[in-house]
Amino acid sequence: MNRSAIDLWVGVFVALGLGALLFLALKVGNLASFSTAQTYQVEARFANIGGLKVRAPVKSAGVVVGRVAEIRFDNESYEAVAVLTVDSGYKFPRDTSAKILTSGLLGEQYIGLEAGADARMLAGGERMRITQSAVVLENLISQFLFSKAAEGGEAKSAK
Amino acid sequence: MADTDIAIIEDLSFAYDRRPVLHGIGLRIARGKVVAVMGQSGCGKTTLLRIISAALMPTQGSARVLGSVTSELDRDGLYALRRRMGMLFQFGALFTDMSVFDNVAFQMREHTDLPEDAIRDLVLLKLEAVGLRGAAQRMPTELSGGMARRVALARAIALDPQLILYDEPFTGLDPIALGVIARLVRQLNDSLGATSIIVTHDVAETLPLVDYVYFMADGRVVAEGTADEVRRSGVAFVEQFVSGAIDGPVPFHYPAAGYQADLGLAAAA
Amino acid sequence: MMLVAPLRTALTRLGAAVTAGVWRLGYAARFFFYLLVHSGTAFRRFRLTVREIYFAGVLSLIIILVSGLFVGMVLALQGYETLQRYGSSEALGVLVALSLVRELGPVVAGLLFASRAGSAITAEIGLMKATEQLSAMEMMAVDPIARVVAPRFWGGVISMPVLAALFSAMGIFGGYLVGVVLIGVDEGAFWSQMQAAVDVRNDILNGVIKSVVFGVAVTLIAVFEGYDAPPTAEGVSGATTRTVVTSSLAILALDFVLTALMFTGGA
Repeated sequence: MNRSAIDLWVGVFVALGLGALLFLALKVGNLASFSTAQTYQVEARFANIGGLKVRAPVKSAGVVVGRVAEIRFDNESYEAVAVLTVDSGYKFPRDTSAKILTSGLLGEQYIGLEAGADARMLAGGERMRITQSAVVLENLISQFLFSKAAEGGEAKSAK
Repeated sequence: MADTDIAIIEDLSFAYDRRPVLHGIGLRIARGKVVAVMGQSGCGKTTLLRIISAALMPTQGSARVLGSVTSELDRDGLYALRRRMGMLFQFGALFTDMSVFDNVAFQMREHTDLPEDAIRDLVLLKLEAVGLRGAAQRMPTELSGGMARRVALARAIALDPQLILYDEPFTGLDPIALGVIARLVRQLNDSLGATSIIVTHDVAETLPLVDYVYFMADGRVVAEGTADEVRRSGVAFVEQFVSGAIDGPVPFHYPAAGYQADLGLAAAA
Repeated sequence: MMLVAPLRTALTRLGAAVTAGVWRLGYAARFFFYLLVHSGTAFRRFRLTVREIYFAGVLSLIIILVSGLFVGMVLALQGYETLQRYGSSEALGVLVALSLVRELGPVVAGLLFASRAGSAITAEIGLMKATEQLSAMEMMAVDPIARVVAPRFWGGVISMPVLAALFSAMGIFGGYLVGVVLIGVDEGAFWSQMQAAVDVRNDILNGVIKSVVFGVAVTLIAVFEGYDAPPTAEGVSGATTRTVVTSSLAILALDFVLTALMFTGGA
């Protein structure tokens, strides 16, 4: 094996490796994320964030417009504070509502934004006024049982 | 006298871990001479060579080689010293992943800034001196033992060293190759104006070739002198070694209990 | 009372073995630092390292690509069996991609690299030591660690991530072949779900980091065992075996540590 042949093969080898890495990054992973895009941050407070995690998507009309950057607990108002990073290309009115929704029946939780009607737009650092907390399964079940019991009671008293 | 000596060993002792190998050795190697260090396998002569080449440091005493005391040198000093020495290893120790040419050119490429055509000329010169210029493009695995040894010799003299060390250069060679190497040792030493130290136990080839001989046994120098002086020395060990007698100071039988006792005859008797 | 003597010998030997092992570890650590400090030659004369990348990396290509392909294919087969029982066969792409990129790519490629390239490096260096080539180099005032060991070390470290990436890519292709082409999982779902689930920073980058760490571990063990091998035939063969065994164990242990650090404990 003379020198130039070795150099050629090593060059091919490294090129193949870089190609594989590129393939993995582009075709297999989601490189097209918001790592380089311009973003602004808004705050949303919830009574219960359920299973929401950092880096969960923020969607509006089903399209991903941002990510959850941070989740904190406010020890004074005893609320959960979620900081959302939204793509600068998307502007939302100041009365937009943020809901914690579940993708699929038992899937991951995300934040859904429903645009409001206000003329002025949300700016960076502002807080969203209208929020809806996550649905907690236990509360749902106890609500159901309670309403069932109430129905039964009404039926009895109606007799 | 002192400044024409290439190597001065004074009261040198050496031990591997706790096993003593050399005891109070004293040697003087004069400039321009071919000197042999002879003895049985295991007498410590290869260790002595390693100490002279500064690969090992003495546990006691000093080795003064080419003007520097080896144990006082730092790494850079050590490497500077080694560039003035050349060593021929027992079976050549050629680099198997490069050609004969590249082997000889190795030191020139590593230690000098010579351009490639100058290196090419020098390499061919060295190979011509050992008679292997035609084998320049071969790989070491394609060479016979004798040829490999000659290439290693060409490599050892690549930078015109002042001191050439030979570790058992005659081992395993056929008579023709033996004669070639023996002649080359003397020829190169004289044409380079160098000094040579040969560690060997080949009496027949070496005694006619060298200027001075040191005889070692059990880590000590037991006799020294020119080839003739040593032959006439009267030291029993030397006489046995030179004549190749099977019994003498070095006994034929390894120490054991009585023969009859071993065979169980003594009990019966 | 009869058991005390043999027990004591066993304990003494165990203690001696542990002490020897710890001593050797320290020796290996010093060797590693010396190697790093004297790596200048390997980079200034990059041709030396390029040659080693060829011998360690390029010559391992075939085994890596073929193994990657088969591993991906088996993942798809086994994965489909289980997933379709829960009606989630469209998640096959996710299963294959995540398994490969996070774990199997770096680990299996590392194990294969250790047995093919690691053992070759140990044998080569050990043989050079046994035939006095390293001593000859020292005699010629050339540091054998800088000239022989360091290029092989960096050659291995550079080759390993490349091989792991190729293994993962090949595996995903194998999974595609079996899942989409053979079994008939929907092609669009295969790729789109995969893209949604595999994150460049968390999954792919972590996989690359793992393969770099494995590369350092395997190549370091390989060059050390070769350099430290007794200069005899049995010595070199024992060193070669030790390289494969120790590297494999090191890869699996490091994999556990890295996985725990990277993929758990964070939201």
